[in-house]
Amino acid sequence: MNKSVFIYSDDLLKYKFNDEHPFNQLRLKITLDLLQRSNAIEESQIIAPRMAKEEELCLIHDPNYVHAVQLASEGLLSDEQAANYGLGTEDTPIFPGMHEASALLVGGTLTAVDYVMSGKAEHALHIGGGLHHGFRGRASGFCIYNDSSVAIKYIQNKYKARVLYVDTDAHHGDGVQWSFYDDDKVCTLSIHETGRYLFPGTGAINERGQGKGYGYSFNVPVDAFTEDESWLYAYTESFKEVIEFFKPDVLLTQNGADSHYYDPLTHLSATMKIYEQIPKLAHELAHQYCNGRWIAVGGGGYDIWRVVPRAWSRIWLEMNGLSNISGQLPLDWIANWEQQSPVKLPLTWEDPNNLYPPIPRKQEITEKNLQVLEKALYPIKSIKKPN
Amino acid sequence: MIVEEIMSKNVVTLQPEDTIQKSIEVMRDFNIRHIPIVDQNHLLVGLISTQDIRSATPSIFHATDPLEDFQKPISTIMKTNVITGHPLDFVDEIAFTFYTHKIGCVPILKEKKLVGILSETDLLHTFVKLTGAHKPGSQIQVKAPNKPGILSDITSIFKTKNALILSILMYPDIQDENFNVIVIKVQTMNPLSIVTELRNNDFEVLWPKTPGSLS
Repeated sequence: MNKSVFIYSDDLLKYKFNDEHPFNQLRLKITLDLLQRSNAIEESQIIAPRMAKEEELCLIHDPNYVHAVQLASEGLLSDEQAANYGLGTEDTPIFPGMHEASALLVGGTLTAVDYVMSGKAEHALHIGGGLHHGFRGRASGFCIYNDSSVAIKYIQNKYKARVLYVDTDAHHGDGVQWSFYDDDKVCTLSIHETGRYLFPGTGAINERGQGKGYGYSFNVPVDAFTEDESWLYAYTESFKEVIEFFKPDVLLTQNGADSHYYDPLTHLSATMKIYEQIPKLAHELAHQYCNGRWIAVGGGGYDIWRVVPRAWSRIWLEMNGLSNISGQLPLDWIANWEQQSPVKLPLTWEDPNNLYPPIPRKQEITEKNLQVLEKALYPIKSIKKPN
Repeated sequence: MIVEEIMSKNVVTLQPEDTIQKSIEVMRDFNIRHIPIVDQNHLLVGLISTQDIRSATPSIFHATDPLEDFQKPISTIMKTNVITGHPLDFVDEIAFTFYTHKIGCVPILKEKKLVGILSETDLLHTFVKLTGAHKPGSQIQVKAPNKPGILSDITSIFKTKNALILSILMYPDIQDENFNVIVIKVQTMNPLSIVTELRNNDFEVLWPKTPGSLS
């Protein structure tokens, strides 16, 4: 058995809106290159994604919507129809071949699922996936099809397994949450910057699910300008409590890398420290609760030069027991990309200590986050028997 | 917006002869805090709230035999001077009624017959909808001088960026009465180009802010 597989082919880069769009899948290639030049990945571990079938997309998506994307893909969808489906906007512009590019991205996550669930691999990483804003019948927030929602439904149907979905993107994982809002066999946990100002605006503590699914949806919205320590405390505590409560068969983590101080679209103040710890805890808990079964996908991440490649590489390094890699980044990786990069590339795996000026109100932010965490976990903490 | 559009039309009611016990059960089963009391012709004769029931309940320190009190008819404890509204009332006016009378609900009458009820929760729900909080979007806050045409100047920037506005809220700046704060919820995950354009046009953008500008 391959311990871990990395789902990738250059075709994934065809999910491309336009040259100015902040969602840029070139980051997949930059990340893989960093891993290769760090001698952290073998050719045999790289598996090409398959194309998702139409009926697989329709596990989550409205067939009319899939049809609309197919038409848009060939330039046959009218502006009016497009607007009804959230297509042709600044966020999700129409581009030729968008259906195929999006279906491949979903298929990549399904490939990852099959490797892990059939026991061909212990862990699988598909950084091309994690498009958590896609809705049943509507594109939203750079996402056309929601690979994670489709994958969870696919796992339920094919493998009858209980899935814990943990989302550490800076934006709330709304699409996945709403897909399983009334389902008690799927548990979702999202840790994100508060939706007070940030897209999509949801992800409040009181969004706990409905009907049978009430109590299976968890949200930990942290304050703008939250730093490493406070963020990691919220992540560690909530993850441990929720997994102990739900006891899943398999773990699916969404690894948006946009909570970093450098990220242009969000307002958190995290550094590379959280991206070392995120996969470490996921890995540990996957072995403790799920017999190792862990599927990791990508997500947001808009500083594709200084943040995303290092952050996503950390997931792979952790999966392969190479998390002790540190210090100097491979010089040939820097040389390979520095011409293209509009910003100075980092020289080391870690961020310097003085990455940003001190945040005023740090104490208040930390205290607020602590309170949010307590409230978010209250239902499962309160049912625990006292010792 | 008028009351008719936001009131609950399926109203749970009781009659004055029903027991207090029954009103307690109904409130529990339907998870409500107020029950309008009507006669056979559906004319409003009173209102009973959790508060009225609490007043009729003996103290927990003297709870020897309270149950027989609950068998008395509702008419013995219901409020009869009820503040009511009409389906065509304006929502903002009725909101003011809630505020001045410190009440939790307003029964809505048409030709003296009960046709609906409006609770604080309904009002809050409407407010949430008005602010666009239930649709995916980013929020931008702008401080702008209080002068004619300013809103048009601002929204035209959104138009050039092809950005769909979900809601706009404008209120006077507390610190400076010559300025308004304008809160715009826009359907995009990437408000950066709009923000840049607003700043280029000398608007003060209060949010999103960068850590550098935080004080």
